[in-house]
Amino acid sequence: MSSRFLEQNRRERSRPHREHSRRPWERSRSRLHECRFGTNLRLPLIALTLALISACATTAEKTKAPEKRYIEPPAQTKIAASETALHVCADPNNLPFSNERQEGFENKIAELIAKDMNRPVEYTWWAQRRGFFRNTLRAGLCDVVIGVPASFELAATTKPYYRSTYVFVTRSDRGINIESFDDPQLRELTVGVQMIGDDGANSPPAHALSNRGIVTNVRGYTVYGDYKRDNPPAQIIDAVLNKEVDVAVAWGPLAGYFANRHPGKLTVRPVSPEIDLPYLPFTYDIAVGIRRGEDQLKDTIEKILDRRRSDIDAILASYKVPRTDQALTKEVAR
Amino acid sequence: MAAKNYESTRYSGLDQVNTTNVAGLQVAWTFSTGVNRGQEAAPIVVGDTMYVVTPYPNILYALDLKNNGNVKWKYEPNPESASQGVACCDTVNRGAVFSNNRVFINTLDGHTCAVDAATGKEIWKTKLGNINIGETVTMAPIVVNNKVLVGNSGGEFGVRGWLAALDANSGQLAWKAYSTGPDTDVLIGANFKPFYDTDKGKDLGVHTWPPEQWKIGGGNVWGWISYDPASNLIFYGTGNPGVWNPELRPGDNKWSAGIFARNPDTGEAVWFYQASPHDLYDHDEVNENVLIDLPINGENRKVILHPGRNGYMYVIDRATGQVLSATSFVYNTGSKGVDLSTGRLIPNPEKEPQTGKVVREICPSSPGAKDWNPSAYSYKTGWLYMGHNNLCMDYEGIEANYIAGTPYVGVNAKYYAGPGGHRGLFTAWDPVNARPAWQIQENFPVWSGALATAGDVVFYGNMEGWFKALNARTGELLWQFKTGSGIIGQPVTYRGPDGKQYVAILSGIGGWPGSIVAADLDTRDETAGNGWGGAMQDLPSVTQKGGILYVFALP
Repeated sequence: MSSRFLEQNRRERSRPHREHSRRPWERSRSRLHECRFGTNLRLPLIALTLALISACATTAEKTKAPEKRYIEPPAQTKIAASETALHVCADPNNLPFSNERQEGFENKIAELIAKDMNRPVEYTWWAQRRGFFRNTLRAGLCDVVIGVPASFELAATTKPYYRSTYVFVTRSDRGINIESFDDPQLRELTVGVQMIGDDGANSPPAHALSNRGIVTNVRGYTVYGDYKRDNPPAQIIDAVLNKEVDVAVAWGPLAGYFANRHPGKLTVRPVSPEIDLPYLPFTYDIAVGIRRGEDQLKDTIEKILDRRRSDIDAILASYKVPRTDQALTKEVAR
Repeated sequence: MAAKNYESTRYSGLDQVNTTNVAGLQVAWTFSTGVNRGQEAAPIVVGDTMYVVTPYPNILYALDLKNNGNVKWKYEPNPESASQGVACCDTVNRGAVFSNNRVFINTLDGHTCAVDAATGKEIWKTKLGNINIGETVTMAPIVVNNKVLVGNSGGEFGVRGWLAALDANSGQLAWKAYSTGPDTDVLIGANFKPFYDTDKGKDLGVHTWPPEQWKIGGGNVWGWISYDPASNLIFYGTGNPGVWNPELRPGDNKWSAGIFARNPDTGEAVWFYQASPHDLYDHDEVNENVLIDLPINGENRKVILHPGRNGYMYVIDRATGQVLSATSFVYNTGSKGVDLSTGRLIPNPEKEPQTGKVVREICPSSPGAKDWNPSAYSYKTGWLYMGHNNLCMDYEGIEANYIAGTPYVGVNAKYYAGPGGHRGLFTAWDPVNARPAWQIQENFPVWSGALATAGDVVFYGNMEGWFKALNARTGELLWQFKTGSGIIGQPVTYRGPDGKQYVAILSGIGGWPGSIVAADLDTRDETAGNGWGGAMQDLPSVTQKGGILYVFALP
């Protein structure tokens, strides 16, 4: 064991167990580590300057980061849902959805649901990459994932609680008004899309463009980005801001949130059509994902989603999530 | 080294164990690695010590062969835990290499470590990969001319492929050759003389892609490296073009899915051959390049035998990169052959995957006719022995999926057994006549390497855990032993300090198909493990996780 790990264990032993830790592979990490990297991943500790470390420590004091779980891969499978807490798996570094400081709208919704159940929220942090569901929800590390598409094969889903759409993101000062994949401007401009993996399937906008023969002016940004940075998927929004691309096609909640963080700079418009035939939708219903077989928990959460409808709407609105299940203005943000 | 020799023949001259007595093999000793994930590594033996490297956390053990495999020392590199979440296909490691009293290993989180072979003390540790962008290292390094050669994995994250050379003494980077991008990055210069015209021209690693796409273009180097001292050339394959759908990357997508010949001292490229230009099916060409002399039209040619992911057994002139023949060794619908005048794969437009289109019976499937698991060549029989797949796939449906807050469209790739209903094959391939000499059907895909010996015995293992010895000439099963878990490792044989011949194999299911067991995937979901769920539903009922080294000998 490296001294780093020993140090980590020592800290853990010396800390009072406020949260019950019922799984042996769960560990908490020191705030210093957390602060350095802003993720729950164990990142290289080498080559950090003293200056950086001290700057970082100061930040940690200020932000008072909440306790965080460090997760080893599961040593066991299937366990029953917790009856004392709402166990949520979430990405520790993926605003506007979630982060370890619980600043995302999925964090807020988790809090709302848990409060209604009169339970605390307990998080298992795990980067949402290939294997996320396999290693978390399905391995029993948690009981719910707050946002999944309603037609999702890896988990049971509640009734959807919002519907959003892919959007075009442009710099407002460019005056580019694109609302449709059929807009001829898309053949001339540099277009950014998010790319996923190498199994021949990709983000719907990538397919929409290639179906129209729009290929040579497309730039790809991996949805995983560089995990060392804050909110890696937001790289595509930065690409619009710093003029790497003229227009980006991004998932609505991501674009709405980051556009709002740069007031007046970015224009966000829903794409059209809503579906490319034969069947390539650009709008998706989003629901809470629950491990199959946990019908009671699903039922409970569905009832809360219904009962707290207006509170959830308010949360989504405050994060500027473009909605297609409500009246939607053409221009979501400006 | 994992491949036994620079030629990568995995042939041992030992013949104490032979066709007449192999039936008497017994367990001599066993050793638990303590890691129950896919065991793909080849144990290596130097003097009276065996070196074994485990899957993540990549522990290197030195086992005392004079003492029933007792642990002399162990070295723990402590790779970053997060690398497990990044690795695409189980957290495997394919082996260590020994050179000049040092053992070199790669770690999943992208480090290469040099360890003192006598003491287990770390001599240097160099970081080459960045897990934050999805880069991992799973391949076995080799040492050529005092340089440690290492390549990266991570095509499914859009990681750009490279092969790097580290100075074996210091761990300093000597050169790094990318698989995409401008010639200066790919180390293509005046000495680059590819055989086919489509590989000639400036900066093809840029121009055979739409603008900028090469930057996340894949072409990762996670397989095997061979070396020919006479011509001072190394040979290795590059992975599939990463991240982009085929229709979004028109062009040949150089230098993905092909074979490079390079000068190991400078890294300079000498030739390149692209097995799958504009790859459609995730067909990495990282499989082994076996260097042999082969009689062709009465002439003894120095060739590469390369069993391709795309189903063709390539015979390539190793000085020039010319394809001398390419014969399909499986049922093949994905392409219609290889045009020897241009070297190009002849596509089958009917089987081209397209968004929203259902394409059935694409054979071979994404894992290819044969994946990474290395074949063995017997100098006695002149045949190549290989475990491989008999799998086809359907590309159908599009479902919204979820990663990093973004719905995406997932292809439902479903793998299933090809003609005959068996999922695996073990083939003795006669390269002179370009046909199988004999073939054995296996229920599961064969994910284990092969070993050929001067005793005319061939060894391999299957996913059920059977470790088998076959007559190299007839394929007759001479002996088998049921190990504790499925086998996806590489068998080796060695002469022990007592003068006796031993045979060793790591048992432990995992890898890409075996992750159904190793990662507890739900086989009710047919697309679990990227298409493997449906094809491997019965695997958990025949084997469970493990991580044990078995060593066999005659009594």
